[in-house]
Amino acid sequence: MGSAQRVSAQGGEGVFQKTLLLSALAIVVLLAAIFLSLFLHSVPSLRDFGFSFLVNKTWNPVSREFGALSFLVGTLLTSCLSLIICLPFSLAISIFLGEYCIEGLLSSFLKNVTELLAGIPSVIYGFWGLFVLVPVMRKLEMKLGVAPYGVGIITASLILSVMIVPYAASIAREVISLVPSDIKEAAYSLGATKQEVITRIILPYARSGILAGILLALGRALGETMAVTMVIGNSNLLPQSIFSPGNTMASVIANEFTEATGRIYLSSLIEIGLLLFLVTTVINIIGKMIISRVSVEA
Amino acid sequence: MVVTLRARKLRRGGRIRWAMKSIFAVLSVIISLLLPSLPWARGVELLGAGATFPYPLYSKMFYEYWQLTGVKVNYQAIGSGGGIRQLVNMTVDFGGSDAFMSDEEFAKAPAKILHIPTCLGAVVLSYNLPGDPKLKFTPELVASIFLGKIARWSDEKIAKVNPEVNLPNIPIAVVHRSDGSGTTFVFTDYVSKVNPEWKSKVGRGKAVNWPVGLGAKGNPGVAGLIKQLPGAIGYIELVYALQNRMPVASIRNKKARFVQPGAASTRSAADIPLPGDTRISLTDTDAPEGYPISSFTWLLVYQEQAYKKRSMEKARELVKLLWWMTHEAQRYAGELHYGGLPEEAVEKAEKVVRSITYNGTLIHK
Repeated sequence: MGSAQRVSAQGGEGVFQKTLLLSALAIVVLLAAIFLSLFLHSVPSLRDFGFSFLVNKTWNPVSREFGALSFLVGTLLTSCLSLIICLPFSLAISIFLGEYCIEGLLSSFLKNVTELLAGIPSVIYGFWGLFVLVPVMRKLEMKLGVAPYGVGIITASLILSVMIVPYAASIAREVISLVPSDIKEAAYSLGATKQEVITRIILPYARSGILAGILLALGRALGETMAVTMVIGNSNLLPQSIFSPGNTMASVIANEFTEATGRIYLSSLIEIGLLLFLVTTVINIIGKMIISRVSVEA
Repeated sequence: MVVTLRARKLRRGGRIRWAMKSIFAVLSVIISLLLPSLPWARGVELLGAGATFPYPLYSKMFYEYWQLTGVKVNYQAIGSGGGIRQLVNMTVDFGGSDAFMSDEEFAKAPAKILHIPTCLGAVVLSYNLPGDPKLKFTPELVASIFLGKIARWSDEKIAKVNPEVNLPNIPIAVVHRSDGSGTTFVFTDYVSKVNPEWKSKVGRGKAVNWPVGLGAKGNPGVAGLIKQLPGAIGYIELVYALQNRMPVASIRNKKARFVQPGAASTRSAADIPLPGDTRISLTDTDAPEGYPISSFTWLLVYQEQAYKKRSMEKARELVKLLWWMTHEAQRYAGELHYGGLPEEAVEKAEKVVRSITYNGTLIHK
């Protein structure tokens, strides 16, 4: 190989590296720009309402009094509920696919179907929810003796939980299948049953990966708009129970943005966007901290 | 070994190149197909944006107008608020709105904006009750139901107005729009006029703080929820309710008559003296035959058309279009269940259209 060739190769290497760096930086700049523009546009509302924006439950476009509490509660309630509902299913899928049914037709079929769930557009989930789940929920609510609207926090959480299963399950399955076989074999050789290996060896070993999956799922649940808007009932009042209608931050923005006339109204909606941005970031940071602590222990 | 690897690489490179070529070919076919339909390939084209409510009528009108004159009118149904915003930003030739611009909104506009009424619409109450009975409502009943003060269908206040109907003992589920809309504005404008408690507690607006009920997006969303939910009541546009054969309530107007909503009673709502600029709310109308939750819908244009380097030709075409819409095109309104403009409204609209200028000179001959 001649030296000229080597030089040109090094030059190419440099350009390649710079391109990569620029692309990576572009994302950071973009993120900062989004945050900045959200912040700047919500200044009028920040100035007018200040901290009370977070604890005021009134959202009144007519008298121009805006508080985001009911949307904040709605978002956190639906996301957490959906996470709780989805957890056993996604864990079961990931253990089954990662440990019991690793190869073969059934395995790849199940895997693909689960991943397909992530690819379905959310408006289709919304339609399905509206026409199938809502009537079922209404019958259930009539039996329970609560107001039989069918739509509401719990219906939205159920739809969300189906939507986020693939996110939680796929990462967990990946990590579970990566558990070194010598540890598992060691446990088996000591006489552990399969169930014991799973609960004592695999789950503790893979917990940081499982948590990462849950975190990804939570991030998706927080921001989901279309499907939630269609089944949550869109009431701007603070939800009284999990059966009552509510609203989330994402859905109130989607609903009211197009016709938001007036500076303070628009600014308040943008502040909700900023709030959603911050909530998602904070939850992500907390999640990262939990993951790093858990993996250090493991 | 090395040779086979390289051969494989080459083959793969060839395949990628082939794929790129075919993608490029498909793209260029698509682009060449799209090219003739791009705006610069045409003559005069007018651009409008705004209210969704008159959209079915407007698309019919604009299609006919294109057949008639060859002038293409492109109308984006993005909502009244968006229409006003785009007109104020001077990105469209005309805006469309279900609510007339307030003085506050006028103050934000860079120049004088005119309102030209094009048709009338009505907001109706539809419900889901066994047997689809014909219901009658007084203004007090409407307000009490939407305030959450009457919570069951068997309430004697409803029974008193509807003695011939056997009402079931089920809870009332109020359904309202979750998105900001002109429909909500017209409805809350009406309730604010007839009920002081509503006026002080809720008020009127494109979006309000609803004391009770469920929200759904758009007319289809509200209609869908009403159809699904036994005991539901909600407000939707007349056109939408008639197209979907939904039961609608008659409402007692100011002259104490129960009026069934329809194209004729909507049109009658404008049988009152109108102001010169046609900015008037028709809800709770004084007209004896008028349906009380009716409203004009307007097109908005600048009075002085020479702005942002617009051509004289464009301004003239716009004026011609407005004239045609308020005259010949009115016959399409009834077909599509909209209320056509009554004579007085047409006269007022004529005066407004005549006042449009280009560099200070009147455009209409």
